[in-house]
Amino acid sequence: MSDNSSKNGIMGWIDARFPLTKMWEEHLSKYYAPKNFNFWYFFGSLALLVLVIQIVTGIFLTMHYKPDGDLAFISVEYIMRDVDWGWLIRYLHSTGSSAFFIVVYLHMFRGVMYGSYQKPRELIWLFGMFIYLALMAEAFMGYLLPWGQMSYWGAQVIISLFGAIPVIGDDLTLWIRGDFVIADATLHRFFALHVVAVPLVLIMLVVMHILALHEVGSNNPEGIEIKKYKDEDGNPLDGIPFHPYYSVKDLVGVVVFLILFSVVVFFMPEMGGYFLEHANFVPANQYQTPEHIAPVWYFTPYYAILRAVPDKLIGVILMFAAIFMLFILPWIDRGKVHSIRYRSTSFKWLLAMLVVSFVGLGYLGALPLSDIRTFFARVYSIGYFGFFLGLWWISKNEKTKPVPERIQ
Amino acid sequence: MNKVLIIVATLLSPVMAWGVESTTYPNDEIEIDWDDKASMQRGARTFVNYCMSCHSAAYSRYNRVGQDLGISDEQVLENLVFTTDVNGEKTKVGELMKATMTPEYAEKAFGVVPLDLSLIARSRGVNWLYNYLRAFHVDESNPLGMDNSVLPVAMPHVLVELQGYQKAKKVTRVKRINNKDVEYEVIVGFDLIKPGSQSKAEYDQTVYDLVGFLDYLSEPYRQTRIDVGKGVIIFLLIFLVLVYFLKKEFWKDIH
Repeated sequence: MSDNSSKNGIMGWIDARFPLTKMWEEHLSKYYAPKNFNFWYFFGSLALLVLVIQIVTGIFLTMHYKPDGDLAFISVEYIMRDVDWGWLIRYLHSTGSSAFFIVVYLHMFRGVMYGSYQKPRELIWLFGMFIYLALMAEAFMGYLLPWGQMSYWGAQVIISLFGAIPVIGDDLTLWIRGDFVIADATLHRFFALHVVAVPLVLIMLVVMHILALHEVGSNNPEGIEIKKYKDEDGNPLDGIPFHPYYSVKDLVGVVVFLILFSVVVFFMPEMGGYFLEHANFVPANQYQTPEHIAPVWYFTPYYAILRAVPDKLIGVILMFAAIFMLFILPWIDRGKVHSIRYRSTSFKWLLAMLVVSFVGLGYLGALPLSDIRTFFARVYSIGYFGFFLGLWWISKNEKTKPVPERIQ
Repeated sequence: MNKVLIIVATLLSPVMAWGVESTTYPNDEIEIDWDDKASMQRGARTFVNYCMSCHSAAYSRYNRVGQDLGISDEQVLENLVFTTDVNGEKTKVGELMKATMTPEYAEKAFGVVPLDLSLIARSRGVNWLYNYLRAFHVDESNPLGMDNSVLPVAMPHVLVELQGYQKAKKVTRVKRINNKDVEYEVIVGFDLIKPGSQSKAEYDQTVYDLVGFLDYLSEPYRQTRIDVGKGVIIFLLIFLVLVYFLKKEFWKDIH
């Protein structure tokens, strides 16, 4: 933007030294997004909002929290009772972690539905998947910090999974914990990772995700490229500048989200034991295992896959494979048509199977085991992996509908 | 798409129906009235008189309880504070609600330090507490002479002088396990064999008050939370109208 250097005033002074106007234009006021974004396109900006909520509330929690085996639980209750507005900060943070996963799961589902992972957006999808992975690590380590019974035993179960790896398993779990059981050392390192290391990685990945998106441009519910038809200025005919059009539209989404979020924070912060588990109001006790250990809801689908397999090592492998399948989704899908609107009926059925399996697994993973539940967990596990296998199979010679040239 | 949604819902429905049924007696449900300060004050009195000899509520402070339940600091000191520090000086009103016995003493006496009760209503739930405190019954085979039908006995029945002694009414039921009939006993009711100082209705009320207080104690800021929440939601709803029309205004020329 050569004309920027000629500008006067503060903006001119800054632009001569830092590409402020250029960045503003590139990512907001002259970033052309398709004009037909629907409901499903709110969740990207909402994820960014939740990230900010988590960082800000996290900073304030860190001011009062004590990462010490003897003090952690007490300090959380101190925050809840004696710190001014401490209960609000803590509930925002605890609700925020669940909200993050809800928003991200919907965002990912949007990507699958409209083929947003397909060429040329494979890297956006990959960065997004690394964000998801980092988010799971962040949530897992954060959940240990309140040092309640479920924090302790949930972490015990998940860390012990690494023990299933042949040869190095036991040494690896010892190395992760820093002790023979989950203890003060584990709490300290999880605190360090949760508040410094993983957030840094997350923010870096989010920047890469957005940069990659703005390089190739957004997909849309029609699954067609808007860059094919441009006006005389070189702007897509079916695109509109992100700012002000989508900034004001996303603002509506933000307020609706905040209303739902506030309903949980202020009226049902435990969410019936799903966002804050009841057993986590009992301080961690290494001599007393709770009757029923369940991970927080956003991990339960994978936990259900793990439990559905009789062999621990194979279970662990399948659990990680379940996440890995998502990583390679852009290469599993060999189809050329992006959007579900123009894809075959088989694709719709496969996607429905994925949703049923994932929700079913998530529900089962939160419950104690029984024969019938294990049976269903196996069915749903097959359904989950079946989506990826089926997609690979059908996408080679898929019977698709004709795709329009332009957005109507 | 609608057809798919219906099938999705049908496929998920069998999973939703499997609940785990609770079979303990008693199995009553209560609803705590958070506005009933008098009930919670009575509960606080029962708590400091009967529970706090052994149990702490050490995340909570006396004066906070006073403020929230509408009791002045003087009244709190007079009616709720019965403990002293190690030098024999009366506990101050701003201090944490620690049990009369020190953790060291409790460890020697019972082998374990009794649970802190600050959060018991959040970990167990009010219904469980209400049933537990009414489920002690005479059982000679037990070292304490008492058992509890909700949670096999872990503590003596400290409210026995109020409730009196009751005996469990049991019936035998048969269940088929691995093709064999297994007999087992279930408790279906209690008979009062030696009345206490309160009638059954009075005792139920005492327990209700106590559980109400414990419920308050587990989340003392709850009323503030709900009051602030109403304001926040109203603000956001008004804000929603504004941003909606802002969006409409900007988008009117986009087709």
